[in-house]
Amino acid sequence: MPRPDPEAIAAAVFAALAEPTRRGILSTLAARGPMTATDLAGLLPISRQAIAKHLELLAAAGLVLAEPGERRRIRYRVNAAPMAMAQSYLAALARDWDSKLTRLQRTLDAPEAAARASRGTDPTD
Amino acid sequence: MPIPDRIERTVNLGQPPERVWEALTSAEGLGSWFGDRATVDLRPGGTAYVEWDDGGGKVTLTIVVVEPPSRFAWTWGIQGLPATDPRRTYVEFTLAPNGGGTRLTVVESGFAQVPDELLDTAYDGNVAGWRKELAELADYLDAAA
Repeated sequence: MPRPDPEAIAAAVFAALAEPTRRGILSTLAARGPMTATDLAGLLPISRQAIAKHLELLAAAGLVLAEPGERRRIRYRVNAAPMAMAQSYLAALARDWDSKLTRLQRTLDAPEAAARASRGTDPTD
Repeated sequence: MPIPDRIERTVNLGQPPERVWEALTSAEGLGSWFGDRATVDLRPGGTAYVEWDDGGGKVTLTIVVVEPPSRFAWTWGIQGLPATDPRRTYVEFTLAPNGGGTRLTVVESGFAQVPDELLDTAYDGNVAGWRKELAELADYLDAAA
């Protein structure tokens, strides 16, 4: 299968998180650990069939991993790797070089102004 | 929704490259404009630690390029990822004389890299294999309904 690109991975995570039911499924799996579609149906206000469909989408996007359990019961767990990919997208937005560079500029200007003032040569004096 | 793999900024500063270099590479400098405290082992392969007081924690910079007063570069981890995550972004500062001041360019790149482990865990044939299992599950559920 084709190598997934980071954008597709991040897009799948954000799409999953934008939909309330899938967000509920992921949140529940994150909070309570691996469980079956039936377990999830007992905890969320959605039918088992609807949960199974959402789980299929989540698994296809690599956001949950299915693991075989007893009596053909499949348990699902959150797969952290795509979340980490989405995190790097958020990190790019959160890095905030604008604030850092503004602070650099102020830091460089500040001691100079102070030195001018102490020498009594500040033109604004 | 492209991931911005590369962040680039250019600022014109009133101070000469030597002054800007000092602010970028010294513990005192990094501990003022970048973080609240810093220690710096200024050499390629050296480590710098920068700390923030307001719950920002502590980051480790691995210094890659030290060419005073024109080029300084480090790698560091991606915010929000566990310390064990192998991904690092590369930050490079270029200082060019600009009149009596400095034209400073900072480029950070590597946000869109895809670690092999992600491909291994998420996409190494698992998806196709489990599609079949999921189809069986759907059948099972439909039969039970």
